[in-house]
Amino acid sequence: MILALLILIPSVAGALAWFFGRMGNRWPRWISLIAFGIDLLLVLLLWANYPGEVDFTANRAWFVEVQAPWITSLGIGFHLAIDGISLLLVMLSCFLGIMATIASWTEIQERVGLFHFNLTWTVAGIIGVFLALDLFLFYFFWELMLVPMYFLIALWGHENRTYASVKFFLFTQAGGLLMLLGILAIYFIHGSQTGTYTFDYSELLGTRMNPNTALLLMLAFLAAFLVKLPALPFHTWLPDAHTEAPTGGSVILAGLLLKTGAYGILRFAVPLFPGAALQIAPWAMVAGVVGIVYGAVLAFAQTDLKRLVAYTSVSHMGFVLLGIFAWKELALLGVIIQILCHGVGTGALFMLVGSLQERVHTRDTQRMGGLWGIAPRMGGAMLFFALASLGLPGMGNFVGEFLILFGTYSVSALLTAVAAGGLIVSTIYALWMIQRVFYGPKKEGWKISDLSLREMAAMTAMILGILWLGLYPRPFIDTARHSLDQIQNVVESMRAP
Amino acid sequence: MSIPLMPILPLIVLSAASVIVMLTVACYRNHRLTYFLTLATTVVAFLILPVISSQVPAQVTSLLLIDGYALFYSGLILLCLLAVTLSSYDYLNGRRESPDEYYILLLIATLGSVILVASSHFASFFLGLEILSISLYALIAYDRRPLMIEAGLKYLVLAAASSSFLLFGMALIYAQLGTMSFPEIASKLPSAGAIDLVYAVAIVMIIIGIGFKLSLVPFHMWTPDVYQGAPAPVTAYIATVSKGAVFALLLRYFSGVELHAYGSLFVIFTIIAIISMFTGNLLALFQTNIKRLLAYSSIAHLGYLLVAFLSSGPLRVSAVTFYLVAYFVMTLGAFGVVTVLSGKENDADEIEDYHGLIKRRPVLAATFTAMLLSLAGMPLTAGFIGKFYLVAAGVGSMLWLLVITLLVNSVIGLFYYLRVIAVMCVRELEPGVSVPTRFMTGSLVLAALFVALVWLGVYPAPVLEMIQAIRLGAG
Repeated sequence: MILALLILIPSVAGALAWFFGRMGNRWPRWISLIAFGIDLLLVLLLWANYPGEVDFTANRAWFVEVQAPWITSLGIGFHLAIDGISLLLVMLSCFLGIMATIASWTEIQERVGLFHFNLTWTVAGIIGVFLALDLFLFYFFWELMLVPMYFLIALWGHENRTYASVKFFLFTQAGGLLMLLGILAIYFIHGSQTGTYTFDYSELLGTRMNPNTALLLMLAFLAAFLVKLPALPFHTWLPDAHTEAPTGGSVILAGLLLKTGAYGILRFAVPLFPGAALQIAPWAMVAGVVGIVYGAVLAFAQTDLKRLVAYTSVSHMGFVLLGIFAWKELALLGVIIQILCHGVGTGALFMLVGSLQERVHTRDTQRMGGLWGIAPRMGGAMLFFALASLGLPGMGNFVGEFLILFGTYSVSALLTAVAAGGLIVSTIYALWMIQRVFYGPKKEGWKISDLSLREMAAMTAMILGILWLGLYPRPFIDTARHSLDQIQNVVESMRAP
Repeated sequence: MSIPLMPILPLIVLSAASVIVMLTVACYRNHRLTYFLTLATTVVAFLILPVISSQVPAQVTSLLLIDGYALFYSGLILLCLLAVTLSSYDYLNGRRESPDEYYILLLIATLGSVILVASSHFASFFLGLEILSISLYALIAYDRRPLMIEAGLKYLVLAAASSSFLLFGMALIYAQLGTMSFPEIASKLPSAGAIDLVYAVAIVMIIIGIGFKLSLVPFHMWTPDVYQGAPAPVTAYIATVSKGAVFALLLRYFSGVELHAYGSLFVIFTIIAIISMFTGNLLALFQTNIKRLLAYSSIAHLGYLLVAFLSSGPLRVSAVTFYLVAYFVMTLGAFGVVTVLSGKENDADEIEDYHGLIKRRPVLAATFTAMLLSLAGMPLTAGFIGKFYLVAAGVGSMLWLLVITLLVNSVIGLFYYLRVIAVMCVRELEPGVSVPTRFMTGSLVLAALFVALVWLGVYPAPVLEMIQAIRLGAG
């Protein structure tokens, strides 16, 4: 029940926010803040009760599970479940939901009710994606999160918002429809083999099919996930969408939406088609490494601050792809940490860029410079997250990237070396960004206010998060480890003939 | 031989009511009275359906077969009639023409549609089709504006031509097989290898006739003009009842036939489906008139329906039927919004009329957005489940080419639906666009359609089970 509540609370809050939006702009903001707050508390409650080191028994593979009939005649059930991985990702969703609300506090002044409706529904859809264990339900949430996200970009975005929002929608929709094809194909294959037609994940696991079919279906699933992640060459929607979205939208996009792709590969694409995943792994890892270097190099070349941050996402998600397809325990743990850190860190960078843009009304780094003197708190926070982004030890990203590289080394030393080279480029772009914006001569005589108390509170929370992940990642690793083992076991058992 | 009258009671009610309303209008013209008589007829005819459901299937002469399938579609048609009638009242009030005959024509057209879905014989098929078409000629041109008369004439000429094709096809089949009743045709049908030229020509003729009514490419030329010219409620009626009834008939006619077995027939339908999807969606991209845009999108949607129609197995009938239900709801909803927004002089069908609608009429804009998202197949709406079902039927029969075409077209379709939504939400109101009056009953209909849309999208199980329980034919 608690799982359904996690989705229900933001959706109901969204409707309330829209309704109370007419009574004043403060109402929707508080409603959405409180809703995400309650959600976060619920997740923390779940986390506190998480069995941790206790072994899962076979008949209780999930920590909490809800199952109810939905469209029984087609074998569709309302099946939600949570394990360590889902738990961490849902926690991240609620946390970033709060941050996105705070980021939009002063930026959004028009149609505030509708904005928060879309914001909460996007997050509700994303939480649904992380919890759904029925493939139809998963697809349902997968599509559900797109519509409000589209509106966030199309209605409250910057100059080029129509182009960016439509591009975003078409890319992700095309990927999603291919996944639908894959879902239906595996549904019918499983049905014709066993006689029970069902979309349930645990039933569909272990469906036997010939290798070529498996490869095709896997590619259909990957089409959706790689577009979302995004992996090269499906990434072109990302810089546009991230740049044009309002700050809150960028936080959700970079922090959460991209993670649904990684989660999808981890939970669905590899376990459903273990053989095909093995086949495709070298290619996927190469794509990951290319993404790391390519994203970092392009980030360095950007003068639009938001675009710069967007390209760093491409680079960081390359690590995630590399780690998943290396399929080693260490690498997978690194992936989870990397996902969490990237969510928090990039979210924070987008918030900083957003508040900078709110003050100077430009994102062009060539017009900035010397801002440290007038906005030291902003500069300090930016420096912190830039350092996190380049993977300084002590911060979460270091742990994530280190574990991924460690895990990948035993699979391919060459790819590891190239990926590590990408880290050098990321050092350059991160420091270069700080240099151009906050140091150097003052260019246009900006007079801006520093971060407000509200913004500082958000930054503090995020800084603490990154430090926690960097200095004491143990609780997160413990939470994820057994669920990852579970998935790995399933895959190993099926790969063995 | 005595004819059982109970099963055809809805038909009797509709016919009798048409006469009664006509006589009433002759004696005493009152828009409100005619309107209420029409509503009462619709409700009574609808309420009869569950009463007679225990007596089906019943073969009434060799012309009509009242089975669960016919009853379900009759109910659907009557609900559409109810929605169209309700939203017509305010629309017609104060227009140039006296509105009374409009309702008579609607009733007669509905009679024709109900005959169509229950027909099991070429005679009743043609009879129903002509009753429907002839009423539509008059309905399309009802307000006698130049654009409407053009649309009416265009429909008249093309529909008459297509009817003659149909008739010729039927005659050829009769000449070959010596029967006009569907079950006998199915049983006497030569095996796939032995189809001779005459029979092939006959089938193609029938496909042309039906393809015209369904506005499948390449028989779609009339659609945008008629959609644009006809009064908005009539357009809604054509888009739903007329097409739905003919599709129901098509499905019944080919229900006993495994289309896969007839290679050339299968190929013809596949080609029609693919070019309908592409033509509809690609041309819709360039439209600036909402009614034309919806016309092209309906061409594409009929193409989607053919995907399920061409599939085989248990999902076929239920997928088509469910998608038609969803399609009815979203089409009625979309045209309902156009109706409610229309002023006394012109329909609100140019895209400029929708600029900044979310600021002027937020609820209406939200409803329209929901309908468009449903047409695009987004979750929480009926269109999502419907499209999912179609794709499932296609994948289940391994119609990969058709399914992939459908998916590609969904993406193309999304593009122009989003454009309309963006116009409503993003653009500011153009100065000089008048804000029309409020329509009470029309808004109520829209609210009901919205509820139906979301209900079908969130919890379709009851309706699905009802559809899956439908029995086609006497068995």
